[in-house]
Amino acid sequence: MYKLKEGIDAKVKAPKGLTKKAVLDWMMNNAIFLVLIGLLMIIISVSPDFVSIRNFRNILSQASTRVIMALGVGGIIVAKGTDLSLGRQVGLAAVISASLLQSPTYAYKMYPDLPHLPIFIPILLVMLVTGFFSLINGFVVSKLKVDPFIATLGMMVIVYGVNSTYFDRPPYGAQPIGGLDPNFTHFAQGSFDIAGFKIPFLVIYAAAVTLVIWTLWNKTKFGKNIFAIGGNQEAAVVSGVNVTKYLLMVYTLAGFLYGLGGALEAARIGSATNNTGNMYELDAISACIVGGLSFSGGIGSVAGIVTGVLIFQVIAYGLSFIGVNPYLQFIIKGLIIITAVAIDSRKYVKRK
Amino acid sequence: MASIGINDIRSKYLLEMLDISKEFPGVKALDKVNLKVRRGSVHALMGENGAGKSTLMKCLFGIYHKDEGKIILEGKEVNFESSRQALDSGVSMVHQELNQVQTTRIMDNIWLGRFPKRGPFIDEEKMYNDTLKIFKELDISLDPRKKVGDLPVSESQMVEISKAVSYNSKIIVMDEPTSSLTEKEVSHLFKIIRELKSRGVGIIYISHKMEEISNIADEVTVMRDGKWIATRAIRHITTDEIINLMVGRDLTHRFPPKTNVPGKVMLEVNNLTATYQPSIKDVSFQLRKGEILGVAGLVGAKRTELIESIFGARHISSGSIYLNGEKIHNKNPHAAIKNGFALVTEERRATGIFSVLDVGFNAIIANIDKYVKRTGLLDEKQMAEDTNWVIESMRVKTPSHKTSINSLSGGNQQKVIVGRWLLTEPEVLLLDEPTRGIDVGAKYEIYQLMLHLANRGKGIIMVSSEMPELLGIADRILVMSNGRIAGIVDTKKINQEEILRLSSKYL
Repeated sequence: MYKLKEGIDAKVKAPKGLTKKAVLDWMMNNAIFLVLIGLLMIIISVSPDFVSIRNFRNILSQASTRVIMALGVGGIIVAKGTDLSLGRQVGLAAVISASLLQSPTYAYKMYPDLPHLPIFIPILLVMLVTGFFSLINGFVVSKLKVDPFIATLGMMVIVYGVNSTYFDRPPYGAQPIGGLDPNFTHFAQGSFDIAGFKIPFLVIYAAAVTLVIWTLWNKTKFGKNIFAIGGNQEAAVVSGVNVTKYLLMVYTLAGFLYGLGGALEAARIGSATNNTGNMYELDAISACIVGGLSFSGGIGSVAGIVTGVLIFQVIAYGLSFIGVNPYLQFIIKGLIIITAVAIDSRKYVKRK
Repeated sequence: MASIGINDIRSKYLLEMLDISKEFPGVKALDKVNLKVRRGSVHALMGENGAGKSTLMKCLFGIYHKDEGKIILEGKEVNFESSRQALDSGVSMVHQELNQVQTTRIMDNIWLGRFPKRGPFIDEEKMYNDTLKIFKELDISLDPRKKVGDLPVSESQMVEISKAVSYNSKIIVMDEPTSSLTEKEVSHLFKIIRELKSRGVGIIYISHKMEEISNIADEVTVMRDGKWIATRAIRHITTDEIINLMVGRDLTHRFPPKTNVPGKVMLEVNNLTATYQPSIKDVSFQLRKGEILGVAGLVGAKRTELIESIFGARHISSGSIYLNGEKIHNKNPHAAIKNGFALVTEERRATGIFSVLDVGFNAIIANIDKYVKRTGLLDEKQMAEDTNWVIESMRVKTPSHKTSINSLSGGNQQKVIVGRWLLTEPEVLLLDEPTRGIDVGAKYEIYQLMLHLANRGKGIIMVSSEMPELLGIADRILVMSNGRIAGIVDTKKINQEEILRLSSKYL
C-alpha cells in the first residue's frame, strides 16, 4: 500500500497557487488517480483488513509477471503498434515450460523419459519460441504492412492453435500440466527474508526487467528510434532510422518478455493449460494506456506502465478481497480503461 | 446591439475588429489589434510567424474567445461561438492546411452539413447543378463528382473557395493560399479573387510572399509581436517598407550578400531514372563544392522526387551517383546519411518534425549513431551539448530542450530541423522548400546559414517554388520539366520568364 501511494505522489504535481482553475486543472490531470484512490477508500472502508503485509505482497507478486508482459507490449505501443497475441503467447510459454519442468517423480508427465533439466534451459527456450512468433508479428507489420491490430489478431488465433495442439496430446490429453519441479516453482514463489520481511523473488525479477527496459528506452539508440517511429514514421525514415529493423526488434523483445512472463506465470500458479494467459493482452494494454501511453504513438514512459499495472492489480485484488462479483469487476475495469483514455484525450484537446 | 448608433460613420467597412486582446497563460498573444476590411477589397494581413495573425483569425471565428475588443460585421457587433456560426453569417476561411473529407466527392465536401434534400433523401441532382453553377461563375473546370482525395492541392483549394462562395460569404479569409501553387495556378486564383472583389466580398489575405501582396492586395495591415503596427494602402507603401514594419528592424536586403565561391565538382549525378514512373527520367548534373544549386519547376515537375531519389528515399532503376570521384550507392536514407547527405523535407509536419516529442529529441535524432558509446548507451552529455549548439547557432527561440517542438513557431521548427542535419556534418545538403511558410526574418537567417555552409565547402541543392528566392540565393538553377532536366542555367544570366519557359519545355 505504502509504496503505491508513493508512486502516485511522484506523479502528482502540487498545484501552483490555489485558484479555482488551478485546482480543477490539477484534478483533471490526475482524475484517474483520484478515481482509483476513491475506489481504494471504498475497498478499505468495506474491509479494513485489506491493508496488510500479506495482501501487499500478494499484489506485488501478481503484478510482477504482469509488469514484465506490459513492458513488452508497451514498447510496441510506443512504436504505434499493438499486440493482441500477448496472452496466447504467454499461454504457450507457460505450457511449454511447464511440460519440460515436471517433477521427476510426478506420475502424469508429458515426457516421462525427459531428464531433469536445469530450469534456465526451458525458460530460455520458451523465450526463443515466443520471440520467434513475435518476430513474425514484426515482419508482418513492418514488411507486409499489415495493420498491427489485424496482424496480431491473426497471430493470437494461430498461437492458440499451436498451443492447444501441443497441449492436447496423448498420453494424458488436455489435462492441466501440474506436478512442477519444486526448483521451478520455488524460482517464482520463493522469497528473500530481509529482517523478517519477505520479498518475493518475482518482485526482484520484475524490478530487474523494469530497470533493463527503462535503460533501453531512455539511454539507448533503440529507445530513441522506437519513439521516433511512433512519433512520426515518415520523419523517422528520412532521419535515417531503419524502421523495419527497429520494428522487428521491438516486437521480438516483447516476445522474449512474454516468454519470460509466461514461464514465471506457470511457476507462480504451479500448473499450466492452453487457457493460461487468456485475455492477458487486454490487462497489459489497458495498464499501458492507464499509465499514459498513447495509441497514436511516441508517448509513454516505463514508470507509467509500472504504475498502470499496479493500479489494475490493486483494484482487481481489492475488489476480489471484498467479494465483488467477478462479472461486476469486468464492468469496473472496462469503465476505468475508457475513463482513463477519455481524460487523456481531453487533456490533448485542451492543448490544441 | 450596442454599436448600432455608430453604424453610419463606419459603414464603409464590411468588417471591423477593434482593439482585440487575447492573453494566454504567460503570453499576451494579441494586444489591442485593429483590422478593418472594406467591401470589395483585398486586405493583406502580414507579420512574421508568431506575430499573432492566426490568433486574430481564430478570435474572429470563435475558435478562441477574445478577452477584449469588438468585432463588427456590417455595422453589427458579432461574437461567433464556432466557425459554423461564422460561416452561416458569411465569414469563411480557406485554410492553409485544407480540411477536407478526402474520401468523398467534391460536391459532398461543398454541401457537407447542409445537403439539399428531397423528402428524406439527398437531392443529388440539385447538389450537382448548384456546384456546377458556382464553378462556372468562378471559371473552374472540375467535375463535381470527382473525389477530393484525387485532386492536386491547387484544385482542392479551388473547391474550398467554391465552398466559401456557396455560403454567400461576405468575408473570406485566405491563409497562405499560394504556398503550393504554380505561377499559372496563382494567376487563376487571382482571377477568382478579382471576381469575388467585384461582387463586394472582402478578402483577408495572409501571405509571406511580397510579390503577391503588391499584385493583389489593396491594403495591408502589419502585425508584430501581437501588436498592430500599421495599416496602409498598397500603392503608398513599398515592399521594403512592409518588411521593415514586419521585422521591426531595417532589413535593406531580402537576401544576404553572396559570398560563396563554387570550387571543384563534388557530386556527379548521371542518367538517374526512377523505378516507379511517372518520376524523374535520365537526370544528369554536377554540383560543385561551395555551390548552391537551385531547382526550379512547376508542381509535378518531380523536383522532390529528384532529391529524394538522390537521398535513397525512392527506388532507382538506372543511373549512378559519384561523390568526390567515388561511386556511391544510397540504397536508403540511412546509407545516404552515412555517405554525407542530408535532406530537409518539404512537408515539415508530415516528414520533418516529431511533433509529440521535445526540441532536444528533434535536434539529435538524425545524428543518433554518433552518440552510441561502447557500452551501447547514449552519450547524454554530448546530446545535450549538441542540442545547445543547434539552439544557439540556429538562434532557435525555445524556453528549453524539453519544450515540445509543437509549441514552437514554424520558422523555429524549421531551424531545429536544419540544425538536426547540420549535426550530421553533411557534405551535400538537400533542401526541399526550406523557407516555405516561415517569416521573412527566419528566411533571411536560413539564407545566411546556407551561404555560411557553402563557404565551408558544402554543396547545397535547394528546391524552391519561389522564383525570387532561387534568383537571390542560388549560383545556378536547374530547371525541371515533367521529370526531365529542361536546362541548367547561370543565375546571373537568367530571368524569371526564361525559367518559366524552360519549366514548360516537356509538358
